[in-house]
Amino acid sequence: MTPHLDGIVIEPERYELIEAIAESEWTRRQFFGITGAGLIVALLAGDEAAAQQPQRGGQRGGGGPPEIGGWVHIGADGAVTAYSGKVEVGQNVRTSLAQAVADELRVPYQSVKIVLADTALVPFDAGTFGSRSTPAMAPQLRRAAAAAREALLDLAAEKSKAERATLSAADGKVSGPGGKPSYTYGDLTQGQKLMKVIGGDVPTTTADKWTVAGTSAPKANGRDIVTGGHKYTSDVTRPGMVFGKVLRPKKLKSKLVSVDTRAAEAAPGVTVVRDGDLVGVVAPTEYTAAEAVKLIKAEWDAPAQVSAKDLFQHLKDKAGRGGGGGGRGGGGGTRGSIEDGLKAADKKVTATYTVAYIAHVPLEPRAAVAEWADGKLTVWTGTQRPFGVRDDLARALGVAADKVRVIVPDTGSGYGGKHTVATATEAAILARKVGKPVKLVWTREEEFTWAYFRPAGLIDVTAGAKADGTLTVWDFHNYNSGGSSLASPYAVPNHRAEFHPTDSPLAQGSYRALAATANTFARESAMDELAHAVGLDPLAFRLKNLGDAAPQKRLKAVLEAAAKQFGWGKGKPTEGHGYGLAAGTEKGSFVASVAEVAVDRKAKNPVRVVRVVTAFECGAVVNPDHLKNQIEGAVVMGLGGALFEHVDFDNGEILNPTLGDYRVPRFRDAPILETVLLDRKELPSEGAGETPIIAVAPAVANAVFQATGERLRAMPLVPNGWPK
Amino acid sequence: MPNVKGLQVNGADRATDAHPDRSLLSVLRDDLGLTGAKYGCGEGRCGACTVLVDGRAIRSCQSRVETVAGKPIRTVEGLAAGEKLHPVQAALLDAGAMQCGYCTPGMVMSAVALLEQHPEPTRDDIVAAMNGNICRCGTYGRLVVAIEAAAKAMKGGAK
Ligand code: FES
Ligand code: FES
Repeated sequence: MTPHLDGIVIEPERYELIEAIAESEWTRRQFFGITGAGLIVALLAGDEAAAQQPQRGGQRGGGGPPEIGGWVHIGADGAVTAYSGKVEVGQNVRTSLAQAVADELRVPYQSVKIVLADTALVPFDAGTFGSRSTPAMAPQLRRAAAAAREALLDLAAEKSKAERATLSAADGKVSGPGGKPSYTYGDLTQGQKLMKVIGGDVPTTTADKWTVAGTSAPKANGRDIVTGGHKYTSDVTRPGMVFGKVLRPKKLKSKLVSVDTRAAEAAPGVTVVRDGDLVGVVAPTEYTAAEAVKLIKAEWDAPAQVSAKDLFQHLKDKAGRGGGGGGRGGGGGTRGSIEDGLKAADKKVTATYTVAYIAHVPLEPRAAVAEWADGKLTVWTGTQRPFGVRDDLARALGVAADKVRVIVPDTGSGYGGKHTVATATEAAILARKVGKPVKLVWTREEEFTWAYFRPAGLIDVTAGAKADGTLTVWDFHNYNSGGSSLASPYAVPNHRAEFHPTDSPLAQGSYRALAATANTFARESAMDELAHAVGLDPLAFRLKNLGDAAPQKRLKAVLEAAAKQFGWGKGKPTEGHGYGLAAGTEKGSFVASVAEVAVDRKAKNPVRVVRVVTAFECGAVVNPDHLKNQIEGAVVMGLGGALFEHVDFDNGEILNPTLGDYRVPRFRDAPILETVLLDRKELPSEGAGETPIIAVAPAVANAVFQATGERLRAMPLVPNGWPK
Repeated sequence: MPNVKGLQVNGADRATDAHPDRSLLSVLRDDLGLTGAKYGCGEGRCGACTVLVDGRAIRSCQSRVETVAGKPIRTVEGLAAGEKLHPVQAALLDAGAMQCGYCTPGMVMSAVALLEQHPEPTRDDIVAAMNGNICRCGTYGRLVVAIEAAAKAMKGGAK
């Protein structure tokens, strides 16, 4: 039986954990200060959180002692609230976390409140990226909720003196046989301040027994979204708030030489702020601020910079030498001998593939509201790294991290594009200077120019197979776009895959499955070329080279499922149409896409994607409808990068920084989408926000080849009409 | 040019004091607290800022506030009747036609304008009418399904 000491429920073997927490700046009182009385179950962050630690610096802490991964609170009124450092960017984490907690506490998921991404309230979290919210956070909160349920059963047993084993929890109540006794969770926690700290070893409900998770629960705050009631960062207002605007040079990497702000200063209501190279204005309306910035005369100095037309040569020339080249270099597994493999091959393919820089284009541009009070800074901003941005702010503003609070309202998407948010720092600088809360919303043009991009890259592939289609050699070199999904998932005895960091002319960073998209495009295109070279059907060729290892079987399963749904091999495409398929794996999940395209080389939009079938497997499915939604969205987004999205730039200037010049997929571009979910209840749930995008571009390119006999090896395939 | 002193929004006269060159979008959002319409591009190409003026869908980021003074303006906030959602809102919710939801108010208003003018649109009509609205999360297929369902509901007198 668990001893009760001073109102704290402590499992004896966990005693040292309470000690650890008592020593940190966080106390029980602080937890209850956030939540109010009731029962708190806090979960010690396990290896998962440690694995997520940012490599550089970064102060932990914030809403909770550093060891805590998440916690669940049951209030005196029975209300269930869970606290997590994740961010809602449209991936529906608010809903999926509520589902997990509801499952364990046996309450309707709509009654579970999820508090996310407020650094003063939630436990430290490295960020919402790498598709980790579902695999990591949901099981953590699930464990906390399961432990809370057990604690409620303990309390009920103690209160009623009933046999604990006869009690069960359902519908927010603990009841005995025939409804006696019966306590609401509120009855049990009323007037108490109970806290329990648990480790990772709490048993939870297995996926085959889920009742809430695993179902298509509608989006938690969907009603607020359709009524326009949800407040995004750009909708936040504060008393006395004014609007900020920052002066931008024409070219990237510019240094301020001289500035004349007299005319702007003379404008009524306008305050000009200067802080190093940052020149900004603050005014009572956004319009006045924007007009005032136009009155500033500035001279800038910019270095000569690489242009889009020289990009790929540059990436190759600077390989291994440049800085900031998208991560560490390295291999994706070398085995056998490339030389031997080439000798053994009857057919070879040597080809170079490229991918362009593309922009995230989140529909909500970067925005921030900054407010100072008593030397403390509060910033509302849409970011995928609330604690990282808090630390960035602390550094930039020269204050301690515990004086900075970052609050992330559910955000108008990110796709990996909102890890750093210069907007937050800019707003904070302006707000400090004028002594008022400042709202700063980047224009679309600023968003296109001053954020960061998905890396461009060049990939060289040499591959060979025997006449019967057995792969003999795979030699793969990626320059700049990253090392994820670098190694071939197919069975090939002689294999080398290397990532070569180089110098990127544009600022680059995270993007939905950035490197896996490039690597899968190159690999699956080359596989298609090789299939044609040996005269095998592209599906048969792939299946032939997948063996019995577990990942290869999972890849095979999605390929077969997608081909079946599509009707692969059952008939020829009509004139001008083509079919193509591709598959890949990333972040523990597996995807295959089959596309049908219609090609008209003379048209302004020469490639129309008619239909895409996606088969996807990410272990146990948490919410089938939201998963389908994520897959459909990823496919549509993937079509943009496959067909036309690209950032054009010349000597430090972005040439297409508007939605008029930078094309994104629209209603007309959306194909018929069919998804097949392979639900593997016996496997852990993996993330799903990214992987479904990776096979889209090669499936389309392969279909274009079937339609035309022409192999397009650059992403996007048709940036400005059919390539010359 | 004098400042604009008032707007007729969602059936009510709303006082303001706005520079005539300001966008309707900024006046709705920053002066009147109607933040449903969103800024997505400021160039008329994303539709996030869509509201109805005289029953027609317009891009409020592109309308100088002076040009709409005195005209009836409808925003997403004016659609639901108390707890009861407009059929378009209900249909989007039912179809799960959103992810981040930032495009949603603009989608709703464009669809309302379409269905009020064309109660029985074909799929192609819907695509053509909605093509100016971007959903970067890519929920187009679901939006089309939702708008078809809303058309049915509105015809059935569910308005
Ligand atoms: S903000 Fe008005 S169309 Fe994009
Ligand atoms: S739901 Fe995110 S832009 Fe449409």
